[in-house]
Amino acid sequence: MNVNEALEIVGQTNPGMVRSHNEDSITFDPNYGMAVLADGMGGYNAGEVASGIAVSVLSSEIRHRLDAARPEQKEAGAGDEVGFALLRDNVRKANLSIYNAAQSQPQYAGMGTTIVAGLFYDNRVAVAHVGDSRLYRLRGETFETVTRDHSLLQEQIDSGVISKEMARLSKNKNLVTRAVGVDAEVEPEMHVYDVMVGDIYLFCSDGLNDMVDDEDIGATLQMLRGNLTLAASQLIDQANDNGGRDNVSVILVKIKASYPAPRGWWAKLLSWFRN
Amino acid sequence: MPAKLILSMDGAVIKEYALDKERITIGRKPHNDIVISNLAVSSEHAAVITILNDSFFEDMNSTNGSLVNGAPAMKHFLQNNDVIEIGKYKLKYLNDQPTQTTAADFEKTMVLRAPVKPSAAPAAASGEQAAKYESTTQFNATANRAPAALAASAMPAAAASAAAAMPVAMIQILNGPNLGKEMELSKNLTTLGKPGVQVAVLARRPHGYFMTHVEGANFPAINGVSIGEQPHQLNDHDVIELAGIKMEFYFKA
Repeated sequence: MNVNEALEIVGQTNPGMVRSHNEDSITFDPNYGMAVLADGMGGYNAGEVASGIAVSVLSSEIRHRLDAARPEQKEAGAGDEVGFALLRDNVRKANLSIYNAAQSQPQYAGMGTTIVAGLFYDNRVAVAHVGDSRLYRLRGETFETVTRDHSLLQEQIDSGVISKEMARLSKNKNLVTRAVGVDAEVEPEMHVYDVMVGDIYLFCSDGLNDMVDDEDIGATLQMLRGNLTLAASQLIDQANDNGGRDNVSVILVKIKASYPAPRGWWAKLLSWFRN
Repeated sequence: MPAKLILSMDGAVIKEYALDKERITIGRKPHNDIVISNLAVSSEHAAVITILNDSFFEDMNSTNGSLVNGAPAMKHFLQNNDVIEIGKYKLKYLNDQPTQTTAADFEKTMVLRAPVKPSAAPAAASGEQAAKYESTTQFNATANRAPAALAASAMPAAAASAAAAMPVAMIQILNGPNLGKEMELSKNLTTLGKPGVQVAVLARRPHGYFMTHVEGANFPAINGVSIGEQPHQLNDHDVIELAGIKMEFYFKA
């Protein structure tokens, strides 16, 4: 089955209750099995510029490349899969574009963005992330985080300085230790996961998980798994009802069917013709 | 202004210590930052580690132990006005940071730029490494997004009081085998109906209860009128019809 028939994707972004403008950017395209979410930071409108650059670089490069290649093909040199390499290389490319823009234009100095991006292919999802935007997964009854924040708080939790319960009280929220566009180089964290039919993936900015407990997010997805659009708007409503102090963005991806890569001589022939 | 510890005994203040460095040690021996020369105090009794605005108390396996707010503690995440007790001595932790900064300062996402190469920066930094961020990294606060109107610390309280102010609503079934059954709508979301046939969700929000269609070919009806796909606010004594079941929505008196 083609990936676009196997996935249902919805996305919503909202400025929240306090901020006057939205510095989050999202895009998704079931035809390419792609979801990208970025949460920008920086003065004036620089945050929007940074997250906008990140999302457009990733989405346009992924579309362009996947029009001519299959994501599960191996790259010529390094041997990585095209899909995996596309995510990794284009987060780096976005980093450079944002960094250069910030260097050349004083009003953009210091801008940056978090990013979490997923590419679904061959019954798997490749995930790249930088910063504290998250990917969660609901599988059966289990709702859990897939990504680990690049934040001071997460490092404190990892090193045992602070427990998860205490982390809720911390005043050091919102300190990210990695971001796209603030330095000349960035290393996105990359993983590939197998997916199962029925899984729901949630990409979100910290405006959601700072305002709504993981437990409530999970319960909402469980209850509303039959209606993704409603689930997305309920999540945003809950963040705003709890104060909505930050921009809130969510992308939900439901795996409706299996989507193995086409295999066999006919598939190869077909892809050869497409080239 | 950094957080501070106020040392006292029997209610008399002895000295004030600013938490202006990453690690402040407490003990009987003179090399400690806070020296308490009392035999009940171990030579290296405890330490307070401060990372930006957060401070942690840690007992260094002292002989007689330490109490925080009256309870024995080996490790404690300090909150404003916490009291550490070591023998007869008390150390009060004061951190008025949230009121010193504006909500806008407090909320913005900032980048901590560690001078790291990917391979040299495993995700799980040790406690010592994390603690070093303060002194060794370039702390780059990008300018704020937009001014925040709400006081940051007011949020949980405000949300809680909004929820408390709303009267609790109930649903009573009016027909079928469960006739007369009541259900309290105590959760943020409650789903009603039969999965795969017809499902609606009741959302409790600060300004009321809202019903929205989730799945099924037919929409639920309120007082005999189909609500379509849009959320619909429920009023006291509304009659809901869903998958052949009638029920009444009402606020608990």
